[in-house]
Amino acid sequence: MEIKEVSIAGTLESSDILVRIEPKEEVGIEIELKSSVEKQFGRQIRKVINNTLETMGVKSARVIATDKGALDCVIKARVECATFRAAGVTQNFNWEVIG
Amino acid sequence: MGRLRRTMMFLPGSNASMVKEAYIYGADSLMFDLEDAVALTEKDSARLLVYNAIKTVDYGNTELVVRVNALDSPYGRDDIEAVVRAGVHVIRLPKTETAQDILDVEAVIEEVERKIGREVGSTKMMAAVESAIGIINAYEICKASKRLIGIAIGAEDYVTNMKTKRFPDGMELLGARAQLIIAARAAGIACFDTVYTDVDNEEGFRNEVKLIHQLGFDGKSVINPRQIAPVNEIYTPSEAEITKSINVVRAAREAAERGLGVISLNGKMIDKPIIERAERVIQLAKAAGVYKEEI
Repeated sequence: MEIKEVSIAGTLESSDILVRIEPKEEVGIEIELKSSVEKQFGRQIRKVINNTLETMGVKSARVIATDKGALDCVIKARVECATFRAAGVTQNFNWEVIG
Repeated sequence: MGRLRRTMMFLPGSNASMVKEAYIYGADSLMFDLEDAVALTEKDSARLLVYNAIKTVDYGNTELVVRVNALDSPYGRDDIEAVVRAGVHVIRLPKTETAQDILDVEAVIEEVERKIGREVGSTKMMAAVESAIGIINAYEICKASKRLIGIAIGAEDYVTNMKTKRFPDGMELLGARAQLIIAARAAGIACFDTVYTDVDNEEGFRNEVKLIHQLGFDGKSVINPRQIAPVNEIYTPSEAEITKSINVVRAAREAAERGLGVISLNGKMIDKPIIERAERVIQLAKAAGVYKEEI
C-alpha cells in the first residue's frame, strides 16, 4: 500500500494511541514514538507498528505515534486505519491485506 | 437451558478503553456499537478497532455482539465483512422493519462465511425493532432466519416514530413490549428490552427491570456497568423460589415413578405448567451459579 497523504487515526484518550502517518520519499519506515511507558514498552510498540505496516505492504512512511497505554490490538487497529486513510481507502476494505 | 442473557452492555466501538475494560464488569453479553454511537468520520476506525479487539482479546464466556450499520448506508457491508472475519458471535441489525431486512443481511453474512471458509450459519443474528412497522411485523421478523437468537426493542427511535417520548412509567412502550415478547416466544427466540438512559436514577431503572422481568423478557440492554448488578439481582431466583421449585420437581418425579397422573404438594394441585416453571427456575438458578446440586 502506498502512503499518498498525511493521515491521522486514534485519540489521546487513556488506553488509546494517536497515529500520524506521512509519506516519505526514501524507502523505509521511520517511527517517532512518544509514550509514558516508552521505557518499558517502547520496543514492543515499535514492533507492532512495524509489523502492521509490513503486513499491509507499506514500504516507506514516517509515523509519529503518541501512546496512552494502548493494547497491541489497539495499536494495530489505529495503524491500519491511518494507513487506509493515507492510501485513500475509506470503503470496500481489502481484508486480506490486514491479516 | 441456553446461555444467560440478562444483561447486554452497549459499548461505543470507537472507544479504546471501553473495548479493553468492558469484560471485567461481568455482563452476560457485550455489544460493540458501530452504528449510532460512532461519528460518521470514525466509522472506519471503529470498525478496525472492534475487528482487532474481537480477534485478539479473550472475553471468556461473554457473548460478543456487534451492532452494524444498516445495509443501505455506505458502512453496513464493510461492517459485516469485518466482524464475520473477526469471529463475532452475533450480528445485531439496527432498525429492522421487515423479514426481508434479515434476509438481506443474512445473504451478506453467508457470502463472507463462504469466502473465508467458515461454517455457514455459525454467525448468529439478532434484530432490533425501532418503529411501528417493525412491531407490526415482529413475528415475521423473528421467524425470518434460523440464525436469529433474539429480538430487541430500541425505544428512543420507536417513541419518536409513535409521536411520543419516554415517560418514567413506561406506559408508552407497553403495547410494543407486549407484542414483541409474544412474537419472540411464538418463534422460540430470546427477547431483550431497551436501554434506560437515566443512569443516576437507580429506582426508576429497577422498576423498569422488574416490569420487563414480569413480562417475560430474557434481559435488558445496559449502558453503564452500574446497571448490571440490579438486573442480575432481579433476574436471579430467590432462595425461597428455588426451594419451592425443588419441592415441585421432586413431587412430580415421585408421582411419575408411582404412576400418578395428578400431583399434590402441601395440599395444592401441581400441573404441567407449574412443573415447567419450576424447572426453569432451577435452570436459571444453576446458570446464575446460585444453585449447584442435582435434584
